[in-house]
Amino acid sequence: MTKIGLYTEKVMEHFKNPHNMGRIKNADGIGKVGNIICGDVMWLYIKVGKDKRGREIIKDVKFETYGCVAALATSSVITDLVKEKPLEEALDFDRQEIVKELGGLPPVKIHCSVLAADALYEAIYDYFKKQKREIPEKLLKAHQRIEKDKKEIEKRYKEWIKIEEEMYKKR
Amino acid sequence: MSKKIYLDYAATTPVDPRVLKVMLPYFSEKFGNTMSLHSFGQEAKQALEESREVVADLIKAKPNEIIFTGSATESNNLALKGVASTRRSLSEGGHIIISQIEHPCIMESAKWLESQGFEVTRLKVDKYGLVDPDDVGKAIRKDTILVSIIHASNEIGTIQPISEIGKICKEKGVYFHTDAAQSFGKIPIDVNKMNIDLLTASSHKMYGPKGAASLFVGEGTKIEPILHGGGHESGLRSSTVNVAAIVGFAEAVKICKKEMKKENLREIKLRDKLIKGVLEKIPNSYLNGHPQKRLPNNANFWFEFVEGESMVIQLDLLGIAASTGSACSSVKLEPSHVLLAIGLKPYQAHGSLRLSLGRWTTEKEIDYVLEVLPKIIKKLRKISPFKKI
Repeated sequence: MTKIGLYTEKVMEHFKNPHNMGRIKNADGIGKVGNIICGDVMWLYIKVGKDKRGREIIKDVKFETYGCVAALATSSVITDLVKEKPLEEALDFDRQEIVKELGGLPPVKIHCSVLAADALYEAIYDYFKKQKREIPEKLLKAHQRIEKDKKEIEKRYKEWIKIEEEMYKKR
Repeated sequence: MSKKIYLDYAATTPVDPRVLKVMLPYFSEKFGNTMSLHSFGQEAKQALEESREVVADLIKAKPNEIIFTGSATESNNLALKGVASTRRSLSEGGHIIISQIEHPCIMESAKWLESQGFEVTRLKVDKYGLVDPDDVGKAIRKDTILVSIIHASNEIGTIQPISEIGKICKEKGVYFHTDAAQSFGKIPIDVNKMNIDLLTASSHKMYGPKGAASLFVGEGTKIEPILHGGGHESGLRSSTVNVAAIVGFAEAVKICKKEMKKENLREIKLRDKLIKGVLEKIPNSYLNGHPQKRLPNNANFWFEFVEGESMVIQLDLLGIAASTGSACSSVKLEPSHVLLAIGLKPYQAHGSLRLSLGRWTTEKEIDYVLEVLPKIIKKLRKISPFKKI
């Protein structure tokens, strides 16, 4: 795929005109991932409905993101990829799909696709939780991993600040 | 606006057409090696020595005090490692003082010297990025061999009190180096009055070609080469001399010298219009660096709830070239060390934008930036989940 500088044309298209941008009032589930301290923040909103066969589907999906070009493009493209998808299928969502759909991402930006997939898992987790339904094991595991990552980043950041402060004190 | 607007002159500048014209004969006609005895070589040698006089003259140095190198990075490496080597060969070790806002080539050279057994003090700066000369005095120890402080910041444009720092170093008998890559040719420098022992200058930041730079080494300053070979540049920088680039560098210096006063006033006017306009038109926007003690061509901001890379790419889509200190735009995914050193939190540094003006920046261009930048920021903030401002 043609590249414009760092990014593919597809990434730039999504960056210029993001799809499904904004928030859903009374969303059934919200996934909040990332951290403003280290860079990108993504909030993904889902509205769950049913298709003709009675299966639960992601009826509507929207996002709000603070971040770089890749963060905005991955947010936008994941909404396209999961809209109207049965919830069950969305649980198996593979972040590679995002990279594929975008025609590739620079290696340092792959983590943005991880973040987008995590936002989706968290939104579905939030939906199950709000519904007081049993949470599928896969989703629970994903949630635990995301929580762990979050804590680690916060810890790392705090340690970093501590090192900085000590450096200042020494002088 | 259909024409592209270049506002990244701090990254590099185009070669002035007047400079290019002077350079051209040195590629295929006057191509000699300065070390050759024949007329081709002597013609090149003469051009080299004339260039040396021009570069020396701009900072009130003597021609024999100018060493031509290939880049400011090389000059800075030579200054630090070259001075350190004079001690290390005597197994004396030594202490080096730099600031927290040096260019990466100073930061990394100092870090490497640390790994070789030298000690490095990295001086704090205030919220404007200024080093306190008193801190320099206090940090100097018996075994301090070198103080190296950037003259003007490449990121935030802050101009350091170089004369005061130089005076203190002279009193204490410590060599003083300054990286003047951003200030050389833009603001007046006098190595004698400012008590500078070593000074780095770069051609491509002042409308000369890439591949030429210089290190001023004051007479009597002890320094060892880092490139050994045929003994070019008084033995301090062996390498066949890049005459065309150096001739271009010198021509660029001539033009800068002639036009400095007028150009400074012109750029300051545009810069201040840009700063004022941005701060007025964009809510939650802040200036980085000192309001007055800054390079005539540098404006650096941070905007709340906007990420720098997105900002730069949006501007690029509208034909405006700018730069950011955001982590997302760096290879290491770390925010700019300069912005952190002036007290910005990482998330604030993510929202930074540098606009650097130059010889061909027009008021019309600044007006255009002031028209589109608020819209870009509004759009990006609208996409973000944070407070709508």
